[in-house]
Amino acid sequence: MTDIPDKPQAAALARSSRFNVLWHAVPWIVAIAFYYTAGGFLSLGTSILVMILLTLSLDLALGYAGIITLGHAAFFGFGAYGAALFSLHVNTDPVLGLLVATAATAVFAALTGMLILHTQGITLLMLTLAISVLLYEAANRAYKITGGDDGLQFEMGPVLGLFRFDLWGKTAYLYALAVLLVWFIVAWRMVQSPFGRSLDGIRQSPPRMKAIGTPVWWRLVAIYSISAAMAGTAGALSAQTTRFVGLNTLGILISGIAVVMLVLGGTRRLYGAFLGAAIYVVVQDYAAKVNPFYWMFVIGALLMATVLFLENGLMGIMDKVGTLARDQLRRVFGQPSQP
Amino acid sequence: MTSAIVILLDGIAYGMVLFIISVGLTVTMGLMRVVNLAHGGFAMAGGYLAAVMVVAGVPFIVAVIAATAAAGLLGALCELTIFRPLYRKGELAQVLMTFGLTFVMIAALTAMFGTDIKRLPVPDWLGGLVDLGIRPYPTYRLFLIAVGLILALALWLIIDRSLYGAKLRAAVDNPRIARAVGIDVNKLFTITFVGGCALAGFGGIVGAEMLPLEPFYALRYLVLFLVVVAVGGHGSFKGSFFAALTLGIIDTAGKYIWPEISAFIMFTLVFVLLLWRPYGLIPPKAAA
Repeated sequence: MTDIPDKPQAAALARSSRFNVLWHAVPWIVAIAFYYTAGGFLSLGTSILVMILLTLSLDLALGYAGIITLGHAAFFGFGAYGAALFSLHVNTDPVLGLLVATAATAVFAALTGMLILHTQGITLLMLTLAISVLLYEAANRAYKITGGDDGLQFEMGPVLGLFRFDLWGKTAYLYALAVLLVWFIVAWRMVQSPFGRSLDGIRQSPPRMKAIGTPVWWRLVAIYSISAAMAGTAGALSAQTTRFVGLNTLGILISGIAVVMLVLGGTRRLYGAFLGAAIYVVVQDYAAKVNPFYWMFVIGALLMATVLFLENGLMGIMDKVGTLARDQLRRVFGQPSQP
Repeated sequence: MTSAIVILLDGIAYGMVLFIISVGLTVTMGLMRVVNLAHGGFAMAGGYLAAVMVVAGVPFIVAVIAATAAAGLLGALCELTIFRPLYRKGELAQVLMTFGLTFVMIAALTAMFGTDIKRLPVPDWLGGLVDLGIRPYPTYRLFLIAVGLILALALWLIIDRSLYGAKLRAAVDNPRIARAVGIDVNKLFTITFVGGCALAGFGGIVGAEMLPLEPFYALRYLVLFLVVVAVGGHGSFKGSFFAALTLGIIDTAGKYIWPEISAFIMFTLVFVLLLWRPYGLIPPKAAA
């Protein structure tokens, strides 16, 4: 709610628009390097990629547009069940299934979004939560279609008719990585477009955006649907790569975890989702084996520390370290500090 | 007919528990506009402490009073250290902070008292059955209804008839003007917050029969408490009383009559109601 433009963000935008090729390549090089070195951990890698996509989707709705939601699991689960049902009853082609599940989730989100996006704050929070609970209950009761508590197991055809899903999860990993790359490019282009900038304004002050003529409600419905479509893709990926979908994909815990991963990495950074999701999944994989409640303590404390001490998440720290390092280098090599 | 009365009584008793726990939350949300997801944690803390004390041999009444006071104390501690910096921050920061606090509370309570479900034995004079003329009914539920009514009456007297209540209502309606006329809104809030946490702790204790004390208590029932606040209207005591009773009765009736889809019925109703009246049954004046 400030008149002054969000300065760190403007700086970040300027930096990314210069298209620092090196920086943008790092996460993807790491992801490909992981493919060759992971061995038995490849399926963990795939679930990290799925979680990154889910976190990225939440960054669009919550980070950029400021839609406070605790109901993203609804879309994750909707996509997951969509992909599973499509494969069981229509066609086992993964790409076709992914597209159908994504489109179906987008339509579902557009319809519910039109209803609930008139509200804000705690009421909106409750409504997103209610949709999530309703969908969970519906899936639980319609066990003839969804398998209820048992979930659904299904078969997948080869990707693009060429690459079979293998026992080691190699195809699954690369498939997930490719889908993530496509969605990332879409998201990255979008947040820098006028549409993306208007979302920034809506987050900071809806009445003022309305006053300068922005169709606030339509923009919110649009980003809500796009974000949900992305979450639906993540769910569909999770179902397709494991050939299984269960009720837990619709659970509130998924929504909560997505928020935690997003904030841990840093909101409105896109790459924050990568960092947050990767760290969360890896640490949880180890810590939960020791004691699940100890893990809850760590996550809780981390969340509180993030809010109190570092508002921009881990990406914020990396930024500060980067700036410090650059200044030091400039001092050593005597370059002008600002072009 | 008989079963209708039993359902109604069960629903009212359940509603009273929801009211006792949620009334503090309605103040946090309504007065300071803080999204507090940690409220269930205070109820859980109260319930756990009382259960441990009663099992260890402390008399029931003493345990209830001590655990209620402890929940209030915990509330005071959290208000001063954690909630104060939150007032100026956005909703997202509040959601995250209190979400994190809930996790920490769950981890701390389970680390101290173990991960099993805590049973809270009630004393003999509350454990029996009373003959209502139609059929014997558990004394404890009647006790819950009585306690809930007494508390509601006491709260109504405090809020509607005392100077403190007048200040509180003024601050809920318009915090800025309340500050301008010299009301110390922060102090008012601290007192009310502590009272709300103590009530939540009390509700967690006496409601242990209906909302079992288990490790994920603070998260599992949080949705219910939030529903009471949202449906009742933020900051409205009357609203949250009627909302809690209505939800209690609807949920209980749903579980008796059509258990497969009771959660579905309740959340559909909540969904429709919030779309129809986004600020709840009795909206705060500032929002209406």
